[in-house]
Amino acid sequence: MTDQQGHLLALKGVSKRYGGVRALSGVDFACRNGSIHAVLGENGAGKSTLIKIISGVVQPDEGTITLDGKQVTIPTPQAANDAGIVCIFQELSLMPDLSVADNISITTPPRRFGMINRKAQRARAEELLARVGCDDINPLTLVKNLPLSRRQMVEIAKALGRNPKLLILDEATSALTSADVHKVYAILHGLRDQGLSLLYISHRMHEIEELADTCSVFRNGQHIDTFSKGDRNDEQIVQMMIGRELQNVYPPKPIRNAPPPATLEVRKIGWDTKLSDISFTVGKGEVIGLGGLDGQGQRELLLALFGVLRGVSGNIVLAGKTEHVNSPAQAKSPAVGMALIPEDRKTEGLMLPMGVGDNISMAALSSMTRGLVVDRAIESKKIAEMVAKLKIKFGQLSDPVATLSGGNQQKVVIAKWLLTGARVILLNDPTRGIDVGTKQEIYQLLRDLADAGTSIVLYSTDYDELIGCCDRVLIMYSGRIVRELDGPEITEANIIASSLNLALTGQAAAGGHA
Amino acid sequence: MKDLRLRLSQSVGMWVALLLFSALYILYSSLHPKGWTVDVLVQNSNESFALILVSMAQTVPVLTGGIDLSVGAMMTLTNCVASNVVSGSAIQIVEGLLLTLMVGALAGFINGCIVVYGRIQPIIVTLATGAVYLGIALFLRPTPGGKIDDDLTWVTTNAMSEMDTTYGWFPNGAPGWFAHGIGRLPVPMLLLLAIILIVWLPFKNTVTGRGCYAVGSSEGAAYMSGLNVGRSKLAAYTLGGLFAGLGGLYLSIQTGSGNADIPQAGGYTLQSIAAVVIGGTSLFGGTGGAFGSLVGAMVLRAISFCFRVFDADSPMGFLANPLLQPIFEGIILLLAVSIGAARVFRVKNRLSLFT
Repeated sequence: MTDQQGHLLALKGVSKRYGGVRALSGVDFACRNGSIHAVLGENGAGKSTLIKIISGVVQPDEGTITLDGKQVTIPTPQAANDAGIVCIFQELSLMPDLSVADNISITTPPRRFGMINRKAQRARAEELLARVGCDDINPLTLVKNLPLSRRQMVEIAKALGRNPKLLILDEATSALTSADVHKVYAILHGLRDQGLSLLYISHRMHEIEELADTCSVFRNGQHIDTFSKGDRNDEQIVQMMIGRELQNVYPPKPIRNAPPPATLEVRKIGWDTKLSDISFTVGKGEVIGLGGLDGQGQRELLLALFGVLRGVSGNIVLAGKTEHVNSPAQAKSPAVGMALIPEDRKTEGLMLPMGVGDNISMAALSSMTRGLVVDRAIESKKIAEMVAKLKIKFGQLSDPVATLSGGNQQKVVIAKWLLTGARVILLNDPTRGIDVGTKQEIYQLLRDLADAGTSIVLYSTDYDELIGCCDRVLIMYSGRIVRELDGPEITEANIIASSLNLALTGQAAAGGHA
Repeated sequence: MKDLRLRLSQSVGMWVALLLFSALYILYSSLHPKGWTVDVLVQNSNESFALILVSMAQTVPVLTGGIDLSVGAMMTLTNCVASNVVSGSAIQIVEGLLLTLMVGALAGFINGCIVVYGRIQPIIVTLATGAVYLGIALFLRPTPGGKIDDDLTWVTTNAMSEMDTTYGWFPNGAPGWFAHGIGRLPVPMLLLLAIILIVWLPFKNTVTGRGCYAVGSSEGAAYMSGLNVGRSKLAAYTLGGLFAGLGGLYLSIQTGSGNADIPQAGGYTLQSIAAVVIGGTSLFGGTGGAFGSLVGAMVLRAISFCFRVFDADSPMGFLANPLLQPIFEGIILLLAVSIGAARVFRVKNRLSLFT
């Protein structure tokens, strides 16, 4: 079934060019049966292009692809599927208006008399959902009514239903809850033991440590190295990825003797069944983390503060003045001065077809007018400031923001909100799917903003981030704040224990109060 | 039980439209002096058939996230074709019927080809082809006229029992189940039922048919899932053409002639979009279906029926004024669509209004 070296898939001398940009140059890459192969690299390193070529989305300019020892071309995603190559993408490939069962069997549903056999299709969906440990999902539910983390499990079930020989996971666990992540690990290990070949792309080092047998590092469109897990340590790997040494990922936190004056006071906020009795304060220049398991109300809390939710009880006080925020427009007004970096930059953060410059000035346009019209001179000056401050990389200001890499897109979103001069910045998992280098820049930026007096509320699914960035961390569980961790109390053990709403062990609790 | 509730909640728009139609039609029938009789039902069915088919024709492209501004034109074109070919011997009539439907499907297929292979937005493609189709219709029938087989006209625009009296189905007298059951139902209604059962439901349950929903829901995801996006779209426009052809054919049969009536074509196109929306199909694509549009078209028709039965001398008499009818139709259309949009008031997360 495989070539002489036991490879299922082998790429030789593959290059791809987009316009003037070389996305891949002369890449040799191979993966074997019965292994989980991690592909590492910063955003823009060429990982996505590699995946797109293997899954038939784009065609290489040069080079050959060998599958099962035979040279092949993969003209379409359909052809890739037929050849047993199945992809789970970072941008989900589910149809939101169709039911879970429809989605799972979208291309090859069970048929009777040429028509879809709904009963068999449903049974198939139930079986596959059970396989990924999601038997609680009703196959008739529309995908759009499922939370993101469940959708990702459906996506995995869908991929399994296609009986892949080569399964590609592109940041496929980025939205999963930690309980699901472990189920997925078990499934992936099981698939490997059945002799499948898995390609795994992730920015989370600990995932790779837990999963991969083999790692390949890409940088600037080139294949740098392939090695077995354990042959290189984390530092070496990171160094290979960024081509320079990575020092202090997180900037130092300031040492405070007294709590800073409060900028934002949240008093007894409640909403629907998702939030209840939430009170906390954010001081001037403080970075407050929101932690806990995914889906405990953190996202809703940020949306409630930003005026997106209707029927929120309780109130918020900004610099001593009670404000009623009923819309994002009101939230960003100078009187309130809030900004929200949303969860999904592609739908809530950016106007993808519009230019980089237009996106950056979008939220602050009303402060750049002369009379009724936008003052172009002021606008371009402010845009240039932001581009320089955040080191955003792009071709031209008028390029559609969709053409930027993920990290640069996120920088555009942040730039857009910085321009409003907000005094409270809310961030919803801002580093999801972003490369190490850009992450580090964002951490530094947050700390700089805080030092300049901005108050920051950061929700992150990555515990390391909470530990590294935050002055205090609020742990949410089932719509409430169950614990506040301050300074040295912010440890992984404490975060995990409070996230599961466990009573803290004497050791950890004592350490916190020292 | 839970499944049933889930299914119902996924087609709220259609159920609201069905309730609205029932309310309007009950009002109409109780005000009509001959209400609740087969005659009235037959007449109403005849008047609704073409609009229902054109609305169903509009639905399929809309489900894929497109739109078809040529449905009225395709109806008019097939109407003119039919007026030239649906007469003569029995075989000639059958050939004429098939030819008419093929012209409709071909017109839709051409729309689909330009949309899929030309990669041009459906709205502009169908605006242009619609004008072309109307031009051909005018060429075929510069002045109203033509001929449709009289027997065919008679039986398809009456109750089922006329089938028996015209073609002598039951030489020994009709059995009870026919005379008192099926025989009392209007033929167009049964034709509609047949079209839904034989064309729409099977199509919806094929991979290509479900591909239409998938494409409308998220074209990128459909492509990445390995679906044949082009084939689904092509099928959607072709099926739209076939439905429009059925509508045009019926219009010829009903009127016994062909008429390249350009304003009428435009009117039908616009009303078809209204019917699609009232029937619960999203203009963004992905949700809804042809049955909903059937109900939507009936709501539109029921509104205009109601205006006929208000007594001009009663306090509500001003409603019977034909000059005011477009205003009221417009207002009721807005109200009907608003009912479907009422969920806005229950949404607690304003962000979900935009997704």
